[in-house]
Amino acid sequence: MSKDISLAITDGSGANILQKTGIALLAFGLLATIIAAFGAGATQPVLFFWLSVGFIIAGTLVYAYPYFQHEAGIKNNNIFKNGMTNRGAIAWFTGLVLTGFYIILYWFPQYLDGLIRMCDPLSWLLRNKAADQWFLYGTLYTLAVLVMGFRFIGKYRHNRYQIIRTLSVMFFQLGFAFVLPGLLLMFNEPEFYFSYFWPLKYGYLWPNDINYVISSGGLGYFMIFWGAVMTFIATPLLTYKYGKRWYCSWVCGCGGLAETMGDPYRQLSDKSLKAWKIERYTVHGVLVFIIITTIMLWLNSAWEGGLLGTWSGNFSQWYGFFIGSIFSGVIGTGFYPIFGNRVWCRFGCPMAAILGLFQRFKSKFRITTNGGQCISCGNCSTYCEMGIDVRAYAQKGENIIRASCVGCGICSAVCPRGVLNLENLSERK
Amino acid sequence: MKVVIIGNGISGITTARHIRKLSNHEILVISSETEYFFSRTALMYIYMGHMKYEHTKPYEDWFWEKNRIDLLFAKVAQVQAQQKQLQLEDGSLITFDKLVIATGSTPKTLAWPGLHLKGVQDLYSKQDVDLMEENTKDITDAVIVGGGLIGIEMAEMLRSRNINVHFLIREQYYWNSVLPKEEASLINKHIAAHHIHLHTNTQLKEIIGDENGKVKAVITHDGKEIACQFVGLTIGVNPNINFLQNSEIETDRGVLINEYLETNYRDIYAVGDCAQFRQPISLHPAVEQLWYTGKMQAETLAQNICGDKRAYERGIWFNSAKFLDIEYQTYGYMFNKPLEDEQSFYWEHPKGKIACRINYKAASKAVTGFNFFGMRFRQQTANDWIKNETPLQNVMQELEKGFFDPEFFENHYPAIVEKFNTDYPEMAISVKKKKKFLIW
Repeated sequence: MSKDISLAITDGSGANILQKTGIALLAFGLLATIIAAFGAGATQPVLFFWLSVGFIIAGTLVYAYPYFQHEAGIKNNNIFKNGMTNRGAIAWFTGLVLTGFYIILYWFPQYLDGLIRMCDPLSWLLRNKAADQWFLYGTLYTLAVLVMGFRFIGKYRHNRYQIIRTLSVMFFQLGFAFVLPGLLLMFNEPEFYFSYFWPLKYGYLWPNDINYVISSGGLGYFMIFWGAVMTFIATPLLTYKYGKRWYCSWVCGCGGLAETMGDPYRQLSDKSLKAWKIERYTVHGVLVFIIITTIMLWLNSAWEGGLLGTWSGNFSQWYGFFIGSIFSGVIGTGFYPIFGNRVWCRFGCPMAAILGLFQRFKSKFRITTNGGQCISCGNCSTYCEMGIDVRAYAQKGENIIRASCVGCGICSAVCPRGVLNLENLSERK
Repeated sequence: MKVVIIGNGISGITTARHIRKLSNHEILVISSETEYFFSRTALMYIYMGHMKYEHTKPYEDWFWEKNRIDLLFAKVAQVQAQQKQLQLEDGSLITFDKLVIATGSTPKTLAWPGLHLKGVQDLYSKQDVDLMEENTKDITDAVIVGGGLIGIEMAEMLRSRNINVHFLIREQYYWNSVLPKEEASLINKHIAAHHIHLHTNTQLKEIIGDENGKVKAVITHDGKEIACQFVGLTIGVNPNINFLQNSEIETDRGVLINEYLETNYRDIYAVGDCAQFRQPISLHPAVEQLWYTGKMQAETLAQNICGDKRAYERGIWFNSAKFLDIEYQTYGYMFNKPLEDEQSFYWEHPKGKIACRINYKAASKAVTGFNFFGMRFRQQTANDWIKNETPLQNVMQELEKGFFDPEFFENHYPAIVEKFNTDYPEMAISVKKKKKFLIW
């Protein structure tokens, strides 16, 4: 028998030498980041950029490499025995660090100056202007999607749907949400994200943003046209044909981060009936709120401020603060290690709400079940990031048509009996 | 009317749920294993850390009260059939109008020396998993005896903790009593790839312990000694019916029942693993020890209890399992050799982890069953083809319709057809070209 190379992926005691090396490299990267934040990033930006980013990339890749060595298949060993993935002390610590980072990023960016300056060289290269906190955030965000996407592909490499889907979110994050907006700035065009639409990027149909984009001329008109077409034509059509997954787990940046960096936390979503009830109120509540805000802004604009005065402007600012910042950022991402990776998508995202309504009432997409083969083991429900009790349907042999399903396909991947499948059927089946 | 169900496994609980759907009877479910129903099939995932015990419960705890299904965490000592009552271990009595025995199985064992040693156990109940957690703490080597479905699950569980596993099986190939040689040897290779030491043609002779009463090695029938700190015994299960010994309810291996799941006593029924059909239909086992059969028997039983009397019908046989990373689905009666009037078509992927087999009648060419390894297949499709005695050539022409693999997976259809056309030039079929992938 050959030398034993079997791995317990997340088990500390038995961890593979590569994983230990990876963690060490990652620690170096984080250390460099801290030093940079204290000011070294401003004095030696290039050096510290590479020390931070380089070691973080190298560390994560080396840590994730054992997934590629192992026999292909589902590897969820010890997830509920590891504090990091089972709400242990280290998970709370990570949650607080992430949350704190968001708070500093949104409201006290001056404390991040060392890190922002560290990104200057890249920012000049890409956008021909100095970095700001949002560029720092975009860089880290894209980095997280890419390196954790690599890990994800290793973990689910027996499943081509997962590989292709993950390459897609990596592509859209890097190309459409990072490089392209940067290049637009370099050419003095408006910073525009072709992969985000109203109502997720709510401003794209608000009068102020539209005026700003249009003021740049020809390309600006195309951007507004693109946004409107995506919101009002492409969204319903694509959702009819493929379900909301075409966006939520293939294109969207929030979804991209959830699927890659958030993958270790997908099992933490709340599956109770109570959570489902709350979800329906909050997610549709946010949607109603944003539709009202948008209408009011347009009315106000039509009457040139005469109708509502500054009130509608304040209203939209409050929306941006509570929903755009606190809900989607601080809670949505900061609490990955506590509430799971799709809190924002499930309870707050207005785009997900619209897509969900189409999916529930007018779509060919569904998760089908294979006859009576379900053994009620619960892997599907446990690993559903949207907190859908998939098993409740599968054990009855029912197809699953739920507004919240983002079509990530993990229920199908973890099913030990091959019962679940994502399909685009005719509406009636 | 008061219906009392002993056992809260899949059979007992399915009976209770369906009685509730059909009637307003008072329902009481008694179990000594856990307070709430959980999925036994998921026990391995608790040990491996894929899930916690809570995740294995298919219904939230409020479900039972809401549906007026009373639960009692207690052990039944005796059934007094004449008086229509049960005696619990604490001496208290519970009366019933109708009684359902759904007590499941208990692991089989042989009289090996050393069974009492610490570190020797079987795997069936929630308690067994808790014990296994304790027994395998900080150990390096384990022996598993018995090459069935629980055996390979136990091997996977132990490997998830990097414990060295010696897997002792009686035959030359894993589960060769059920799987044909090709499929069994495919699994043999996969077992080796997971660094599990498979000892074929090997039987256990005795288990030896150290001075502290802990297992330290096993000795095989040919005198080989294998050092280990854990021995898992997985040679099968028997109906769990010891508590019925003095009850005058007729038993053999299991509780004897007719096709209406009735015992020799009026108003007493048995269902699932613990039941034994007096007259099994040909090729059906008398004791059906599957999750699926438990569920189907229970649905029939609930109808009978609620007054709509009907005989249990097994339908077209099906089963599934997972051998480490390789999924297995089977439809129709598939044994390790085709039946006498049958022949067999087999295809295996060059990488040796995916395979399918189709059995058919030699004379009429009607398909009788399917085995699938590493590829998913629609039950409904296979079921209909077997039921309608569809000829092999038609099945092969349409085979792709039954594929249930996720999107973008490698399509094995052309390769299967190629093998088919080589094996059966007289029945050769052509593969239609598929549309290219289009966004719309």
